[in-house]
Amino acid sequence: MKLTTYLLALLCSALLLTSCKKDNNETTAETKSTFTIEFDNQVNGSTLALNTTTYKNAKGEDFKINVFKYYVSNIKLSKADGSSYLIPESYFLIDASKAESTNITLKDVPTGDYTKIEYTIGVDYARNFAGAQTGALDPINGMFWTWNSGYIFVKLEGTSPQSTAANNALTFHIGGVVDPNNTIRTFATEINAANPLRVRTDSKPKMHFIVNAAALFTGKTDVSFATLNFTMGGPNSVIVANNYTSGLFRLDHIHN
Amino acid sequence: MLRKITVFAMLALSIALMYACSKSEDEVSQQETKLAFTVPSNFPTPAYNFEDNKLSNAGFALGKKLFYDARLSADKSVSCGSCHQQFAAFTQLDHKVSHGINNCQGKRNTPPLVNLAWQKAFFWDGGVKNIETSPLNAITDACEMGTDIQTIVTFLKATAPYPDMFKQAFGSTEINSQLILKSITQFTAMLVSANSKYDQVIRKENGVAFTASEQAGYTLFKEKCSSCHAEPFFTDFSYRSNGLDLLSADEGRSHITSVQTDFGKFRVPTLRNIEYTSPYMHDGRFYSLDEVLNHYDSGVKAAENLDASLKNGIPLNSTQKEQIKAFLKTLTDHEFIKNTLFSES
Repeated sequence: MKLTTYLLALLCSALLLTSCKKDNNETTAETKSTFTIEFDNQVNGSTLALNTTTYKNAKGEDFKINVFKYYVSNIKLSKADGSSYLIPESYFLIDASKAESTNITLKDVPTGDYTKIEYTIGVDYARNFAGAQTGALDPINGMFWTWNSGYIFVKLEGTSPQSTAANNALTFHIGGVVDPNNTIRTFATEINAANPLRVRTDSKPKMHFIVNAAALFTGKTDVSFATLNFTMGGPNSVIVANNYTSGLFRLDHIHN
Repeated sequence: MLRKITVFAMLALSIALMYACSKSEDEVSQQETKLAFTVPSNFPTPAYNFEDNKLSNAGFALGKKLFYDARLSADKSVSCGSCHQQFAAFTQLDHKVSHGINNCQGKRNTPPLVNLAWQKAFFWDGGVKNIETSPLNAITDACEMGTDIQTIVTFLKATAPYPDMFKQAFGSTEINSQLILKSITQFTAMLVSANSKYDQVIRKENGVAFTASEQAGYTLFKEKCSSCHAEPFFTDFSYRSNGLDLLSADEGRSHITSVQTDFGKFRVPTLRNIEYTSPYMHDGRFYSLDEVLNHYDSGVKAAENLDASLKNGIPLNSTQKEQIKAFLKTLTDHEFIKNTLFSES
């Protein structure tokens, strides 16, 4: 009798413990792992140094950079067989002044060999008009326009002797999602099939991207700071976005 | 003996676990009625539905406290409620333009906060697209609250009773911009005005009927005004030029769209509670409804993008003007203006 009472009490506790626990066994047989991306901010091949170093744009004009921030979102990986995986809720803000922000970690990615990566430079249309956001999209990060809803996708501020603005300022706040001034751009790059992104449970690969801040000012249209030194959305932002679409990011190598 | 203690401990543990599993919903004060968002029967489905922002008494109370807290502004002089006064249907009485920090005079007339849950774009130029992010505009405007959300988060974290209120509203003392904005929205989206005499007549409630003059005004209104001031919100939420000036001093909608033909256009304002929302127009240039009606009767200027419906103005004789005014006053919702639920406490 004593034993049964004891067992009953034990069973009761055990039962309640299980009922409290959330069901974590819903994942399928598919294994998942992690990989990281490093964004190596540069200007025409040299490491970006904020506030101090003088760089030259494609027109040969000198400039310095004080602020360089950009969104990378909706990261999608594809395999050689054409199947793909969109990493849910993948919104990252890379800020050249915050070293920790230049390394991002992608978790719970199905294991496999990926031969293509693509992502949005900026933030998708819907999130620009969605309600109050948190994390990378928190307006606290200074990348949200309060008077005209939407995110600043790429922000570069600095100075140039050629700039006609007050204090020779350069102000490039690129954003806007409504045609004809839509600046949402997608970057995509193939990964060498001989060395694909190998996501494994026992190895967490690292992708290394070179990010060239000078790409805002060349590519399709060489920008002169004498004539374009300020934009916050609108047609001039489109010129800059068209420049950086293909030139801002370059996959340098992968450590598998 | 030891066994007995063990059994007792196990049972105690079971009971404790049962408690841990159940949510403590009983903690809500019994005499407090649970707030609900109700769609008036003469209104359509709202744009904002609280789906991702569950309305609660604690969330609403927090939002209301934030709305009325002047310490959130740069010089601690201006709260949301400073420019959105309940007795003026949540606009600012006797102010042509909003009166911000350091006595700064803003650019535009404070819009009334009413029936916002049905609105898809905010402010006179429609620049803000979500009710939740609307407060950020006033918070950061140098001539309104002149601060930023980071400063507000820091202030709230260090100021009682805010951490406790966030815990009651959202289950954690964590304070961030998202929770601040969601709680303010629980307050502002609840500002529903739908119990004016007009509403009661439309809903055929309590045998309420228009007077002859109000009825004549309503007929005139439907004929001459409602193509823009569409029922039941008394705005179609479009952006139009109503010929206030040949060339507007304020770029208006084009600031948002970069479209030249939007220059000087503004959102058609609601006429609900118009009796209490003076002065009128985006720059508050008219102090009385007479001035407004005289403008439409004989003052419309031939701006390049003047709305087609106003090409010839809206000719009105003096009787018609009085009738329209009589009707407009039936849009006053006394219950809304006096509802202590929305008052600063």
